[in-house]
Amino acid sequence: MEVTTKSMPYEAWKDNEYIEKLVNELKESGTNVIVGQLDKLINWGRSNSLWPLTFATSCCGIEFVSLGAARFDMARFGWEVARASPRQADFMMVAGTIVNRMVPVFRRLYDQLAEPKYVIACGSCAISGGPFRKSYHVAKGIEDIVPVDVFVPGCPPRPEAMIYGIMQLSRKVKVEKFFGGVNRQEKQQEFLESHPVSGVND
Amino acid sequence: MANIQEKIAKLYPEAVVEQADTLTITIDDARWHNLAQTLRDDFSMDYLVTIVGMDWKESLGCIYYLMSSKTNEIIAVKVSTTDRERPMLHSVADLWRVACLYEREVYDFFGIIFIGNPDMRRLFLNIDWKGYPLRKDYDEDPALNPVSIENERQSDLTDTWVEENGKVVKKEVQVFAPEDFVVNIGPQHPATHGVLRFRTAVDGEEIKKIDVYMGYIHRGVEKLCESLTYPQTLHYMDRLDYFSAHNYHHGLCLLFERAAGIEISRRAQVIRVMMDELSRIASHCLFIGTYCMDLGATTMLFYTLRVREQILDIMEKTCGARMTFNYDCIGGVMQDLAPDFVQDVKALLAVLPENIKEYNKIFTGNVIARKRMEGVGVLTREDAISYAVTGPSGRASGWACDMRKLKPYSIYSELDFNEVTATEGDSMARFKVRLLEIEESAKILAQLVDNIPEGEYCVKVPKVLKIPAGQYFEIVEGCRGAFALYLESDGTTKPYRLKIAPPCLTLAGVVDHITRGTKIADLITIGGSLDYIVPDMDR
Ligand code: SF4
Repeated sequence: MEVTTKSMPYEAWKDNEYIEKLVNELKESGTNVIVGQLDKLINWGRSNSLWPLTFATSCCGIEFVSLGAARFDMARFGWEVARASPRQADFMMVAGTIVNRMVPVFRRLYDQLAEPKYVIACGSCAISGGPFRKSYHVAKGIEDIVPVDVFVPGCPPRPEAMIYGIMQLSRKVKVEKFFGGVNRQEKQQEFLESHPVSGVND
Repeated sequence: MANIQEKIAKLYPEAVVEQADTLTITIDDARWHNLAQTLRDDFSMDYLVTIVGMDWKESLGCIYYLMSSKTNEIIAVKVSTTDRERPMLHSVADLWRVACLYEREVYDFFGIIFIGNPDMRRLFLNIDWKGYPLRKDYDEDPALNPVSIENERQSDLTDTWVEENGKVVKKEVQVFAPEDFVVNIGPQHPATHGVLRFRTAVDGEEIKKIDVYMGYIHRGVEKLCESLTYPQTLHYMDRLDYFSAHNYHHGLCLLFERAAGIEISRRAQVIRVMMDELSRIASHCLFIGTYCMDLGATTMLFYTLRVREQILDIMEKTCGARMTFNYDCIGGVMQDLAPDFVQDVKALLAVLPENIKEYNKIFTGNVIARKRMEGVGVLTREDAISYAVTGPSGRASGWACDMRKLKPYSIYSELDFNEVTATEGDSMARFKVRLLEIEESAKILAQLVDNIPEGEYCVKVPKVLKIPAGQYFEIVEGCRGAFALYLESDGTTKPYRLKIAPPCLTLAGVVDHITRGTKIADLITIGGSLDYIVPDMDR
C-alpha cells in the first residue's frame, strides 16, 4: 500500500521505510473489514484537518507565523485552525527552544492535548538544544520530555520544510488503527492514577 | 566631559576617574548612592542604560552605564565588593525605576544583594536554582539543576534587605496584598507574544498590579559567549531579537572592530546600514500585523506580511536565509550583494507608499481601533526615561532616544532622515511612530540604493582574533530600542565577559507601571503596542 497525502507522488517522499513499517504493523494487527473501512474513512478525515496548537517560544515560531500567512498558506492543507487551547488541538508544533523553566509548562500542555495527539519537533533547538545545547538552562531536546512523531531540522526550518513535516505527520495518521488503537479511552480514575499531579497542594 | 571629570574629582576626592573607552568612575559602595544622586540631579544622567554585573575573580561588582538625555554623554561607574560569600551593594532603585529590574538580573546571575531594593527575587531562574551562573566558579553540573517536569516552587513572598542600626537585615514582603485576586496570564497565551507570564492582580475589570515573570526562554547566551571565540559569539545576535538580527550583528561587529582596531570599507558600511533599515521595515510591518491581530483585525497580518516577505526575499538572495542571517561579520559582511539587490530594493521602495496608505485606510482611522488605542497606556516622558523605555515606544512619549541620532555610528551621521517622535505617549502614538518610521527607513534606503560604492565587502582580518585587554562599550539602535553591549577582554581569543543589554527587558519592566488602573482587556493593547520580543529580554 502506497501511503501518500496531498497528491504528492509516493517516490517523492524521502523516507518511505518508516511508513512501510507502520503499514506492515497495521496489517499484522488485523481487524475485520467493516472496522477497517471505518478506520480508513475516519483517518482520511483526521489526516486532512490536523489542528495545531499555537505554541512558539522563539525564532522558529516566527516562521510558523509566516506559514500561516498568505504566501505559504497552510490553509491549503487544512492546518490553519491554530488553537490557543490545547484541548482543541490535535498536534503541537514545538517551535523554539525549551528551557528548564518552560519544561513543566510544556509537559502540562502536552498532557492537556486530547488523544490522539502528536508532536512535531521543529528546529534544532527542539531536537537537541541546537545552538544552545551547552547552556546551563536549556533542555537538550524535547524527546526526553514528550514522545515526538516528526523531527524537522533547520535553524529555523524553512516554511516549506515545516509543510513537509506536517505532511509526514498526516501520512502517519492515515495508517493508524483508530478504533481500539489511538482512540483508546481511559477511565478518568485510571488516568489520574497513572498521571499523578504533583506540586499542587489542595 | 572634562568638565564632569573635574567636578566629580572635586566632590568625591576618593573616587578614581579615568578616561578609557568611556569615562569611568570607580567608587566604594558607601559613597555610591550619593554619587548616583549627584550624577542624576546635577549632571542630568537620567537614563540608566544598563547594569553590568561582573565577576573579577577577586571581587564581584557592577558597572553602571549612565547616559544623559540632555547632553548624550555616557559615563560608567564601577562599584565592587570583595565579599564572595554574601556580596552586598547599595541599591539605586529609588533613583532610576528601571534599576529594580536590572538589580534583580544581577542578583540572579551573580548573587549580589542590593540593599534597599524592594524586590530581591531571582529574575530568570527558579527559586531553588543552585548557584549563580555567571560567576566564574559556577558549577555547571546538570545534576545540581536538573531538567525536571515537576512544577517549580512558587512563592508569594519576596525579600528586601534594609539597613537597621548599621546592620543589614532581611525582610520578607508579600508581592500581592492578601485581599488581591490574582489572575495568571501566560506563559502559554496567544496575546503575550511569546512565553511571558503576567501574574495580574485585578479588582473587577481593573488591573491593580502586574508581576512580570520572565525566564521561560532564558537561554544563557551571555555565559555561552564566554566559551566561544569572538567570531563565534556573533551568531547568537540573530537569535535574541530575531527581527533585529542585522542591527544586533552590526552592533557587536562595531564593538569588536573598534576594540581590535579594524577599519572596514565604505561599501561594507553602506551594505550594513541598508540591511539594518530593511530589517526595521520588516520588523515594523510584522509589528503592525500582529498588533492589529491582537486587537481583532486578523486580516492586517496578511497585508503586512506581504511586504515582509518581499524584504525577506531580498535578504535571502544576498544572505542565503530568511531568518538568522549571520550576515555582518568582523571586517565587513559575509558575502557580496546579490546582483539583483539594487533592483529589488527599488521595487520595494516603489510599493511601500501604497502599502502604508492601505494600512492607514484599513486600520488607523478605524473607529474601533481608535477607541481601543487612544489614551490607553499613557507613558510620560519622565517615566519613559526613568524606566529606560527606548526605541519607538520611548519616542512615542516624546523622548528623542534614537541612537542613530544621539550616538551616530557607521554612516548614519551623513544620512538625511528624521527622528520620529510623538507627545501623546499612548498606544496609538506607539503605533503611529512605527508606521512613520517605516517611511524614514525608506528614505534612508532611497538615499543609498544608487550610491553603493565599489570596493571590498570584507577586509582581511586575522584568522585568530585577539582583542587587547580592556573594557569596551557600544550602543546601537535595534528595531525596538537601544541595544547596548559591554565587552571585557583579557587579551585572549574569547570574551571574559560579554554583557548584552537588550531593549525588550525594560519594555516588559514598564508593563506594570502603565497598566495600573486600566481594564484587563487593555493589557493586550498595551503589551502589544510595546512590542517586546521575549527571547530578547530573557536572552
Ligand atoms: S532552532 Fe534556531 S531558529 Fe529555531 S528556535 Fe532554535 S535557535 Fe531559533
